[in-house]
Amino acid sequence: MAYLEVKNIYKRFGKTEVLKGIDFSMKKGQVVSIIGSSGSGKTTLLRCLNFLEIADAGTFSVNDKVLFDAENQKVLTDAQVRENRLHFGLVFQNFNLFPQYNVLENVCLAPKLQAKERPDYKANAKKINAEIEAKAHKLIDDVGLSAKCEAYPCELSGGQQQRVAIARALALDPEILFFDEPTSALDPELTGEILKVIKELAQRDMTMVIVTHEMQFAAEVSDQVIFMDGGVIVEQGTPDEVFVHPKNERTKAFLSRYNNA
Amino acid sequence: MDFLTITQDLLQGFGITCLLFIMTLILAIPLGLLFAFCSMSKISVIKIPTKIFIWIIRGIPLMLFIFVIYYLPSLLADGNASLNIFNTIDLKMTIAAGSNELLWQGRFLAVLIAFVINYACYFSEIFRGGIESVSQGQYEAGYVLGMTKSQVFFKVVLKQVIKRIVPALSNEIITLVKDTALANAIAIPEIIKCAKDMASSQALIWPLFYTAAFYLLFVGILTVVLNRVEKKLSYFKA
Ligand SMILES: Nc1ncnc2c1ncn2[C@@H]1O[C@H](COP(=O)(O)OP(=O)(O)OP(=O)(O)O)[C@@H](O)[C@H]1O
Ligand SMILES: [Mg+2]
Repeated sequence: MAYLEVKNIYKRFGKTEVLKGIDFSMKKGQVVSIIGSSGSGKTTLLRCLNFLEIADAGTFSVNDKVLFDAENQKVLTDAQVRENRLHFGLVFQNFNLFPQYNVLENVCLAPKLQAKERPDYKANAKKINAEIEAKAHKLIDDVGLSAKCEAYPCELSGGQQQRVAIARALALDPEILFFDEPTSALDPELTGEILKVIKELAQRDMTMVIVTHEMQFAAEVSDQVIFMDGGVIVEQGTPDEVFVHPKNERTKAFLSRYNNA
Repeated sequence: MDFLTITQDLLQGFGITCLLFIMTLILAIPLGLLFAFCSMSKISVIKIPTKIFIWIIRGIPLMLFIFVIYYLPSLLADGNASLNIFNTIDLKMTIAAGSNELLWQGRFLAVLIAFVINYACYFSEIFRGGIESVSQGQYEAGYVLGMTKSQVFFKVVLKQVIKRIVPALSNEIITLVKDTALANAIAIPEIIKCAKDMASSQALIWPLFYTAAFYLLFVGILTVVLNRVEKKLSYFKA
């Protein structure tokens, strides 16, 4: 049974059609990698799925709950969109940590703001906030940064910042976590620490969609690989099918460019 | 007149200088924020008139604008500015009215309006620059974490904006201290007006130069305070 079901997503910016009918689905606990050359629409797809762009057509649902339907998106209130987007988490290429907050505060900010909306918040504020912080400490520990709780983003390396960003995204218990080239802004020697964190998440059956240019990593971690080109999914399958036995000429061309690079 | 009496007289004038300064600051900041949002609006019937308004106000001398605010309502009311409506307003302000108890309080209102609008326009450009300089990624990170628009603005963006605009804002604030002297264009008894009155009535010139000490002291204190604010925000990079 499909967990995430994306159907027929179209998106254009002015005259350029960027996504031309994206369909894919994945099961709970799976890891899907999306590869493809620059400008093929990978980021746009993630942005549509996270409501940072509104797709022109198509639907997507999680666990049979429709989160987005281009037909009736306009009638949704801000609050409904907010609720729908909370099913997902997104880790950005350039981290986007909040610079004025330290590591712990970055992880706690959104959960604390959300807790304030709970009806029982006033009565239990202290307890609720303590729980949020305890959980944040655990998440920061999981990404190996417990010594840096009090540090500000400007005091961290890129790799450390990205690990905080992952902890921050996990703090809201997303059902699916999306990554947009999580290592592209990092020095090559720092990519390993991020890939390790993602692998650990995969072992714990976190459902993830990862846009990446790290082919080796994609091959190791993914259950499914999607190759996008020109706004369509050209080929998808297991890592073996896509990387070792690609059928489509465009996939072959793309991969050979990578292997020679 | 001895030094002490002159100091006291000037201090009274300086009280009015400070009042104009502080009230302008308090009112022009929120108004400037409003102008900033209007000038960034997606709705062109809000955006374009705001931008034109800001362009006009920033383009004309503040002195001229004071005259416009002071004379225009009366001219429009009866085509004759001999009886200025601002002079008929009695604000019953209890603050130091100056030794020469003129009917200046209504005119103070005119000056205050001119200052607030003028400075709101300058501030709005600083605010706009600050707000626009925060990367879209900061907003998006907030939205993806389920924050509302106002949570993103107040919890994520605002402090970064403040950090970025403090230097420019400090400059404007210090300019404002000195611009208050323009109020004497319509005979508000601020400190320079007081000193000028002494020059004409007592034939004393040096009190005019003495006023510099008051400005320097005030600007000195402000500089220290503003530097502190800047330092306080230096713990993060944005
Ligand atoms: N906001 C926008 N306005 C106009 N065009 C856009 C916008 N965002 C993306 N595009 C265009 O859409 C196309 C796909 O961009 P996208 O960022 O999705 O590609 P990508 O696959 O993520 O590429 P990369 O590997 O370089 O990150 C590009 O041609 C880009 O110029
Ligand atoms: Mg991209």
